[in-house]
Amino acid sequence: MSIPQTQDAIIDEFSLLDGDMEMTVFYIMELGQKLPDIKESDRTEDNIVKGCQSKVWMMARLENDKIYFEADSNTAITKGLVSLLIRIFNGQSPDVILNADLYFMKKIGMERFIGTQRSNGFAAMIKQMKFYALAFKTQKEIAS
Amino acid sequence: MNTPAAIELDLEKIRKQFPVLHQQVNGKPLVYLDNAATNQKPKRVIDALTRYYEHDNSNIHRGIHTLAERATKAYEETRHAMQRFINAKHVEEIIFTRGVTESINLVSSSYGRAFVKAGDEIIISGMEHHSNIVPWQLICEEKGAIIKVIPVSEVGELDLDAYQKLLSGKTKVVAVNHASNSLGSINPIKEIIDLAHQVGAVVLIDGAQSSAHLPIDVQALDCDFYCISSHKMYGPTGTGILYGKKELLEKMPPYMGGGEMIKDVTFEKTTYNDLPYKFEAGTPNIADVVALNEAILFINELGKENIANHEAELLSYAAKKLSSIPSVRLIGTAREKVSVQSFVIDGIHHFDIGQMLDTRGIAVRTGHHCTQPLMERYGIEGTVRASFSVYNTKEEIDLLAEGVERIVKFLK
Repeated sequence: MSIPQTQDAIIDEFSLLDGDMEMTVFYIMELGQKLPDIKESDRTEDNIVKGCQSKVWMMARLENDKIYFEADSNTAITKGLVSLLIRIFNGQSPDVILNADLYFMKKIGMERFIGTQRSNGFAAMIKQMKFYALAFKTQKEIAS
Repeated sequence: MNTPAAIELDLEKIRKQFPVLHQQVNGKPLVYLDNAATNQKPKRVIDALTRYYEHDNSNIHRGIHTLAERATKAYEETRHAMQRFINAKHVEEIIFTRGVTESINLVSSSYGRAFVKAGDEIIISGMEHHSNIVPWQLICEEKGAIIKVIPVSEVGELDLDAYQKLLSGKTKVVAVNHASNSLGSINPIKEIIDLAHQVGAVVLIDGAQSSAHLPIDVQALDCDFYCISSHKMYGPTGTGILYGKKELLEKMPPYMGGGEMIKDVTFEKTTYNDLPYKFEAGTPNIADVVALNEAILFINELGKENIANHEAELLSYAAKKLSSIPSVRLIGTAREKVSVQSFVIDGIHHFDIGQMLDTRGIAVRTGHHCTQPLMERYGIEGTVRASFSVYNTKEEIDLLAEGVERIVKFLK
């Protein structure tokens, strides 16, 4: 699935919740519960995404020019939020991730149900993922 | 202070006075349980602010026109009301500040600079808000003085035996809160003050969490400094007081320089104004001080004892309800408490609980509540804190408990 296709799917799923705040937050936490925990040994200071109020650990690896992310958080809601990003970005190439335009947050009215502080944290996660993409891209350019 | 005899409060009548309570949040009626952070304002306080700006706004003191006279009179009336509120001996012992944080900084800077030396000790407690830790650290770093900490027991009470052992001829200042913002514990400040005085130390009491709940008599307590924030006692934000004993305040150098705090200025030498103006540099927060008077009247008319009785009932009801929910662990179960109940649910992060409750229109505070060392004492990162005010009801606590139960069922 392309990044816009995944985003459209997410928008559809959230529209079923009909703007009910409680259901929406429960749904996000449910998504978080489905995301596998990372290993305790990966919960390191180096893997922490800076700028999040909750703790978020994130790692990435490159396989056949596609990036795969893993992430975890100490709060259920944040874990749910990062799971959305993983769903969108996993299996995409560094260039595609770097150029991706994320519009689903606005469409699902994310700021309304996660507040300003968490929205800033969410932006920090996206930035971190794009950093990984840039790093892999640069690595490849240097190697070639 | 005239306290009406113990009466059953008319909650419906009280709630009507608070416009902010009558709204829907996320489609549900607002349940405001974040009163330890700031409590809501009755209409009379809000009206006083508007009235001041619509009729009396003028800079105070030194003015000779009618509006300046009215504004000055209203501002100084609050000083007198505050004097009566805490039973200070002299009206000039009441200094208006931005709130408790500024009051503590004023004392730590001014008193600390003048009287604390290298090797001296300052005693604080393990349940202080950062605002009663950091100002003392700043002066200790500057002077080479040392901070000592009174330990906190598992239930959230100060270890007075340990405190006595910390006291010595080196102790210059003891700074503790009257009631803890995270735990609700009411500290035995009279005993703490008397013991400190035996070694010649001065005592500052952080009254942020007590002013709306507990009787305060600074003369009976014999405390040297007492700090209050207006916004935690139904008054506007951005103002509060420092009470200080006159003889101490007179000995202390000014904290900030500027207009109002001077007698005469030349480029060679400035002489300072008398108390309390020596410590009130610049144009103060006039409107909020004026409106604070209405908050004092609100409390006095209801009677602090009646307010405290109602809140105590809410607190014990909340403690019972919350502790009956599986996995909920109460933090702070001291024998004497103001209406603050912190709790944690093992395995569920406090942010998630706070966010879930918000979707039901319930406002609580989550986090370390600016008491990181205390959280470390309990080996936790933070708590969910529900805190109650005179306008809260048992039905609201039922809603809180219902919300928490649902989260536990979902996540466990």
